[in-house]
Amino acid sequence: MSTPQATAESQAHAPFLQHHFHEPVQQAEAAKIGMWLFLVTEILLFGGLFTGYGILRMLHPDAFHHGHTYLDRWLGALNTVVLLVSSFTMAMAVHSARTGERKRLVRFLLATLALAAVFLGVKYVEYSHKFHEGLLPGRFYSHKGDPVPGVHMFFSLYFVMTGLHGLHVVAGMVTIGWLLRRALRGHFSPAYYNPVEIAGLYWHLVDMIWIYLFPLLYLIS
Amino acid sequence: MTGANYLTETRGLRSWLFTLDHKRIGVMYLWSTLLAFFLGGVLAMLIRLELITPQKTLMDADTYNKVFTLHGAVMIFLFIIPSIPAALGNFVLPLLLGAKDVAFPRLNLASYYLYVAGAIMALASLVTGGIDTGWTFYTPYSTSTGGAVNLVTLAVFVLGFSSIFTGINFIATTHKLRAPGMNWFRMPLFVWGMYATAIIQILATPVLGITVLLLFLERVFGVGIFDPKLGGDPVLFQHFFWFYSHPAVYIMILPGMAIISEVIPVFSQRPIFGYRAIAFSSVAIAGVSFLVWGHHMFVSGQSVLASAIFSFLTFLVAIPSAVKVFNWVATMYKGSIRLQAPMIYAITFLLLFAIGGLTGLFLGSLATDVHLHDTYFVVAHFHYVMMGGTFIAFLAGLHYWWPKMFGRMYSETAARVAAALVFIGFNATFLSQFVLGSRGMPRRYYNYLPEFQALHVLSTVGSWVLALGLLIVAGYLLASLRRKPEAPPNPWGGMTLEWQTTSPPPTHNFLEQPVVDRGPYDFPPLETEEETVARSA
Amino acid sequence: MKAHSAAERAPRTYLAVLSALLVLTVITVVAAGVHFGSAFVNVVIALTIASAKASLVALYFMHLRHERPINAIIFVVGLAMLGIFLMLCFLDTLAREPVEPGLTAQLADWAVRISSRILSAS
Repeated sequence: MSTPQATAESQAHAPFLQHHFHEPVQQAEAAKIGMWLFLVTEILLFGGLFTGYGILRMLHPDAFHHGHTYLDRWLGALNTVVLLVSSFTMAMAVHSARTGERKRLVRFLLATLALAAVFLGVKYVEYSHKFHEGLLPGRFYSHKGDPVPGVHMFFSLYFVMTGLHGLHVVAGMVTIGWLLRRALRGHFSPAYYNPVEIAGLYWHLVDMIWIYLFPLLYLIS
Repeated sequence: MTGANYLTETRGLRSWLFTLDHKRIGVMYLWSTLLAFFLGGVLAMLIRLELITPQKTLMDADTYNKVFTLHGAVMIFLFIIPSIPAALGNFVLPLLLGAKDVAFPRLNLASYYLYVAGAIMALASLVTGGIDTGWTFYTPYSTSTGGAVNLVTLAVFVLGFSSIFTGINFIATTHKLRAPGMNWFRMPLFVWGMYATAIIQILATPVLGITVLLLFLERVFGVGIFDPKLGGDPVLFQHFFWFYSHPAVYIMILPGMAIISEVIPVFSQRPIFGYRAIAFSSVAIAGVSFLVWGHHMFVSGQSVLASAIFSFLTFLVAIPSAVKVFNWVATMYKGSIRLQAPMIYAITFLLLFAIGGLTGLFLGSLATDVHLHDTYFVVAHFHYVMMGGTFIAFLAGLHYWWPKMFGRMYSETAARVAAALVFIGFNATFLSQFVLGSRGMPRRYYNYLPEFQALHVLSTVGSWVLALGLLIVAGYLLASLRRKPEAPPNPWGGMTLEWQTTSPPPTHNFLEQPVVDRGPYDFPPLETEEETVARSA
Repeated sequence: MKAHSAAERAPRTYLAVLSALLVLTVITVVAAGVHFGSAFVNVVIALTIASAKASLVALYFMHLRHERPINAIIFVVGLAMLGIFLMLCFLDTLAREPVEPGLTAQLADWAVRISSRILSAS
C-alpha cells in the first residue's frame, strides 16, 4: 500500500485508504469504475476476434461447419460447466469477503483456482489432440482428407480465440493466487474487500467470453 | 508550509523514477514526448531535404521508405497521442478538478513505463532492420516484407496499453475526485475534452491491440486471417486498423480543442460562449468518431454501399467541430484580448484547424477522394489537423501552463518572434502541398516529376523556417528554467483551480481542499468605457 | 448499507443463477442438434441463449443490478461500440462479396437490393 503521508488528515485515514481519497467508499467506487472500464477494453479486444470470426465464417460457411466436427462438443460443454461453477464460487468468495468469513473466503478462492486448473487441463487435452491430428492454424495446417477447402481458417480462429482466452484464464489464476495470499494474511475485512470484488469482476468476464466462444466454436449447425 | 513544492520536496533520481505524483509523471511524460517529437522532427527534416530535388538527393528509395515510416510512427504513437493527455493532462487534470492526484497513481506510473518500453521497442527497429510499411502496416505487404515489423507491432501493442491506462485514470478521476461543489457543469472544458478523449482511448485502442496482435500472429504463425492466399481478407485488416486509427485522430485533436477552450476565455477575460455546447460537442465528436472509419477505404475495395454510408457519416463530424469554432470566436467578441504567447497560438490554431478541417470534407466526399486519395493533398490535410491543430494547441497549452509547471516566466518577446516563424514556416511547408497534391503528386514517393520541383523547394525551405521557430521555442523555455523571474500563482488571470495554488504547486496540489461555488469562467465584468476613462484620469 | 438485505440473500440467489446457467447450457447444446430452417436462425438462437447467460452473469454475479448505474452505463456503451463495429464490418462484407449460398444468403441479397436502390435513387 502507499506510504503514509505527512498530512494532518492522514491521522483519520484507515490503513488501506490511499492519501488522495477522502473515504473508503469513494476509493472502492473509483476502483470499480476503473475495473469496468478495463473490462470494456477486454470486450473490444475479443470483439475484434468475434468480428473476424463472423466475416470469415460468412466467407467460408462450409469450412467452418466441417471444421467444428473435429472438436469434441462434450469436452467443450464440460469446460463450460466448469467455468460457470467457478464463476459461482468466485461470487461466493466475494460474498464471504463482504460478510467477513475468512475461512469461507479462502475455501471459495481455492475452489475457483482448482476449477480454473481443471479448465486448463481439459484445454490441454484438446490442444494436444489437435496438434497430433495436424489440425493447426493457417499455414501449418496438415490434416488430410477434408471434403471442403478452407478448414484451416476455422482452426486459425479456434486457436487464436481459445488461446487468448486461455491466457486470460492464466492471468485470472495469478490474480486469484495473489488474493489467496492476502486473504490468508487477513488483509480483507467487511470494511475493505475491494481487491476481491474487482478481481471477481475480471473472472466473471473471462467466464462470459467463454459463454460466447462455446456455441460459436463447438456448436455450429 | 515551508514553500517546498513538488519539484523540491524530495530529490534524487529515485524520487522521480518511483514517484506516484501525477505532476512528476506528467513532467516525465513531457520530456519523453518532446524527445520523441525532436526525433520525429529530425526525420521530417530528412524527408524534406530528400525531396528538394526530383531525383535522389541524400538517400535511396528503401531508406526513404524507412524514414517516412518511422517519422509517422514516432510522431503519432510516441508524440501526438500521449503528448497532451499524458503530459499536460496528467499534470493539470487533477489540479483543475481540485483533487490531490489521479484515481490510480500506480496505474499512472505503469502507463509511463509502458510508454518508455514501447518507445524503446519502436526505436530499436532502427538498428534491427527498420520498417518500410508506412505507419499503417497494411496487409498483405506488411506480412511479407522483412525488417523489424514484428518488433514495431509489439511496440504498438504495448503503447496501446499505456494509452488505455491513462484513459481509465482520467475517467475514474473525473467521476470520483471532483472537489466539493464542482458539479459536471462547473468543470473546466479541458476536463470535458480529456473525458471525451479517454472514452475513445478506452473503446478504440483495444481494437488496435487485437489488430497488431493478429498481424504479429500472421507473420509468426501464418494464421492467415488477413491473407487472401489462405482464404483470409486483407480489407478486414483495414477495417480493424481504421476502427482504431480514425478515432485516434480525435484522441489527437480533442485534447487540442480542450486547451483552446481554456486559453481563449482567459485571454479574452470573458466567460466562454456556449459552455454546454462545447462540452457536449466534445462527447459528440467522440461518439461520431466511431462511425466514420470507412472513409479511409474508399479506394481499397470496400463495398459501394459501405462507402456511401461512411461518406455521409463523415460529414457529421463537421457539425460539432464547427460548433466549437463558432463558440470560440464568439467568446472573443467584445472581450479584453491580450495577445500573449498562449493566445497567439490559440488564434493560430483557429486558422490552421479551420483549413485542416475544411479540406477534410474534400477527402470525405466519394468522388473527389478518388482523385485526391494518396496524394500530397492528404499529407497536407492531416498535417494541418495534427500539426496545425494539435501541435499548435500543445504549444498554446505548454506556454499557458509552463509557469505553473516550473514556476518560471519565459521571454514574451522571444515567444512572439518564434510564433511568427512557426506560423510562416508551417504554412510555407504545407500549403504548397495542397497544390502539389491536387496536381497529382503522390505521397510516399522519394522522387517526382521535375515540374513539381518549385513547390517542393518552397515546402522544404518552409520546413527550415518552421524548425528555426521551434528551436527558438526550445531555447527560451529551457533558458527560463535557469533564470528569473519566478512566476506568480496566477500570471494570466485565470479563474480555474490550478491558478489558486502556488507555482509550482505543492506535492498535494492544494494546501487546503478547494471548494467550488461558481463556474470555471466567471470572470469579473469588464469595465465600461466611462469606467476606463475615470480610472485613467 | 443499501445492499445489506440483498447481501444476506446472496448465496441463495447465486445458486439459483448457477442452476439457470446450467439449464441454459443444456438447452443450447440440444438446440444445436435441431435444424430451425436455416443455419442463420440456428446462430441467432445460439447467440440469444448465450446473451441470456451473459446477462445473468452480469446482473447477479457482477452485481450490476444493485450497483450504481455508472458501471452498467460503461458496460452497455462498450457493448454498443462493439455492435457498431460488427454491424458496419458485416454490412461491408455482405455488400461486397459474392457470398456462398447457405448461412447468410438472405442477408446478402437484402443488403445488395438496398444498396442498388440507394444508388439508383441518387
